[in-house]
Amino acid sequence: MNYTISPGAVAIFICFVISVLFISFYFARKTKSATDYYAAGGSIHWSINGIAFAGDYLSAASFLGICGMVATYGFDGFLYAIGFLAGWMVALFIVAEPMKRLGKYTFTDALDSKFNSKGIKLMGAVSTLLVSMVYLVPQMVGAGTLVTPLLGLPHEAGVLMVGVIVIAIVATAGMASTTYVQFFKGSLLIIFSLILTFLVLSRGLSTSPERSDVAYHNLTTLKVASISGSMVKIDDPSYQVMGLIKSKTKSYVKLFKDNIESIWTLNAPKNILEETETITQLPDGSSLYNGEPKSSNKFFQVGTMSAIDGQIATGDTPISTGSLNPFSIISKISNGTVIRWAHEVIKDGDNHITVYYQNPTSGKDILSPGLKYKVDPAKGATSTDRFNFVSLMLALFLGTASLPHILIRYYTVPSPSAARKSTLVAITAMAFFYLLTLYMGLGAMTGGVLDLTNDNMAAPLLAKGVGIAIFAMISAIAFSTVLGTVSGLIVAASGAIAHDLMDRFLNMKLTDKKKVFAGKITAIVVGCIAMVLGIVFKNMNVASLVGWAFAVAAASNFPSIIMILFWKRTTAAGVICSIIVGLVSSFVIILFSQDTYTSVYNLVGVTAPFSFSNPALVGVPLSFITIIVVSLLTHKSSDIKAVSGVVS
Amino acid sequence: MSHGPATQWKENKTLEKKKARLGVVMFVIYTVIYAGFILINVFDNSMMRITIGSFNVAIVYGFGLIILALVLAIFYNQVCTNAEQLTEVSGKR
Repeated sequence: MNYTISPGAVAIFICFVISVLFISFYFARKTKSATDYYAAGGSIHWSINGIAFAGDYLSAASFLGICGMVATYGFDGFLYAIGFLAGWMVALFIVAEPMKRLGKYTFTDALDSKFNSKGIKLMGAVSTLLVSMVYLVPQMVGAGTLVTPLLGLPHEAGVLMVGVIVIAIVATAGMASTTYVQFFKGSLLIIFSLILTFLVLSRGLSTSPERSDVAYHNLTTLKVASISGSMVKIDDPSYQVMGLIKSKTKSYVKLFKDNIESIWTLNAPKNILEETETITQLPDGSSLYNGEPKSSNKFFQVGTMSAIDGQIATGDTPISTGSLNPFSIISKISNGTVIRWAHEVIKDGDNHITVYYQNPTSGKDILSPGLKYKVDPAKGATSTDRFNFVSLMLALFLGTASLPHILIRYYTVPSPSAARKSTLVAITAMAFFYLLTLYMGLGAMTGGVLDLTNDNMAAPLLAKGVGIAIFAMISAIAFSTVLGTVSGLIVAASGAIAHDLMDRFLNMKLTDKKKVFAGKITAIVVGCIAMVLGIVFKNMNVASLVGWAFAVAAASNFPSIIMILFWKRTTAAGVICSIIVGLVSSFVIILFSQDTYTSVYNLVGVTAPFSFSNPALVGVPLSFITIIVVSLLTHKSSDIKAVSGVVS
Repeated sequence: MSHGPATQWKENKTLEKKKARLGVVMFVIYTVIYAGFILINVFDNSMMRITIGSFNVAIVYGFGLIILALVLAIFYNQVCTNAEQLTEVSGKR
């Protein structure tokens, strides 16, 4: 769809960026030592750090990804919210205080605290860099996705803009500015999500949703007069029937009216043609949206209820519920039918047409698991589908407490108890936010605001349907979610290179000043790499990329953290091998999975070595087995003594 | 350059051990309930569709996991904070 630029949104966005840069330059003057740069001097108050944790964690995947997935798949999108929050239980109960006690600037410090092993320093840094890079890609892609509706700029401009602003944030004041930017963003995100949810509930549900920006496109049907073989006749004489196109599952009728071709789904049992949306790829490389150039703006937004409480709208009178509460909206959706949209690509002569067709789904199915993750064998789920689901939920659970950009935030507070308290603040803020994602997602699903070409835009478009002021605010916040998370990731990556690799692994004996300088230069380099990745992976799905980042983090870091804390016989060799096995196994599975073959390499019809795509369920056990076996083979009494110190 | 933490604080090994033990117990409780959610999804998916008031089992369990996380986190923090305060008071005596 085409997006018109809102001057209000641009103004709020510019104010936001100016505020963020002001914070960065303000703290730059106070950032003198390496402790200031990498750990904000260890002096951040736990309540500020807690909201900053939420700011770090509520990335593009949480806000854009979950709302988009709930809007597309209902409850299955909410599974991410459940898994993302569950991961914080591991962080609070197991990791928070020991991480603060053992480390100084980076997660590698904690791993290496009692070993002083070059291998751990190297592998910890490599793991931090790789996990941060995998996590950076979806954030940058998210930035590109957002900048189009907000500022009317192309994807690449969004990526470059985020890159430049983030480099400015990180290269000026490191962790101090990053923390306050996260705090700022985290607070605004939660407040405005609450406002948006309130507006969704006050608007209620309707078969023809009211929108503040443009009128909702009411879907039409055409009556079929007769069907014989491939000949279809319709009642409406203003349309000319061009032919019948059959795919494996559907029959489409191509019609012609006012010099425009359109594709309709043939609903033979009801004897009607149903409206579709199409994107036609012409042989010359150009595209038509619903039969016309994109600039004609004919590609409309969708998503509505077709029946509420068993009543189907007839004629021009829509059925509306009026204001609802958090309980009644669930009940109304559960007892209704929602028009979701599915798509397939069909061939028409030399043209390839992506047809988005209506897929009415009962509310009970929307609010139950199974629309995205097939887990029920009775509905055709294979063992691979079920394996993938369990693996994803495991990755989300164990991955959070293994993400380097989350772990380094424990060094910004003054003590282990402050680390624990800040985790509690983060959990409180995020629990509240994740409950709201279900309502925002369902609001987008039924509010006639979905752009079928971009499911990451559900939340901002929902805001746009509600009011332009809140759209401006939500868009600016959504953009800032990316800014904040990318800053955190870049601080983590720059710590890994300047502190773990240059200072400690290569023993370059950097002075405090040089260490800060090295961190700033690294931040600029990593920022530039992130910009390139954001442009290269433009078409990747944000949520699945984040699922991979969690899986890589869980497989490579989690077993080492747990075993160092709870098993006295853990050795440096065990930790090193465990990280290597975790990284290699998860990357091999991701790179050679069926999903990657199909959606990244475009190898349609080629069977990949791994049918499943989320590596956590293989990588985590393998990494645990490795650390146990190697530690048993290499342990010496001195190692046992060293690690017992950590445990006690 | 030294490789100690960025800031200094008072340590009490016995208290740390007790907090760690409580953390593990809380972690196990939450893990079992989280695993239950995954296992029901995988092995008895139809159970997730059973209606409970306005909601179904999937939503009640999902919301329940989020709220339980919050409740356990508050409880754990409260117990730890009380223990820290008691230790501090007895240390001052």
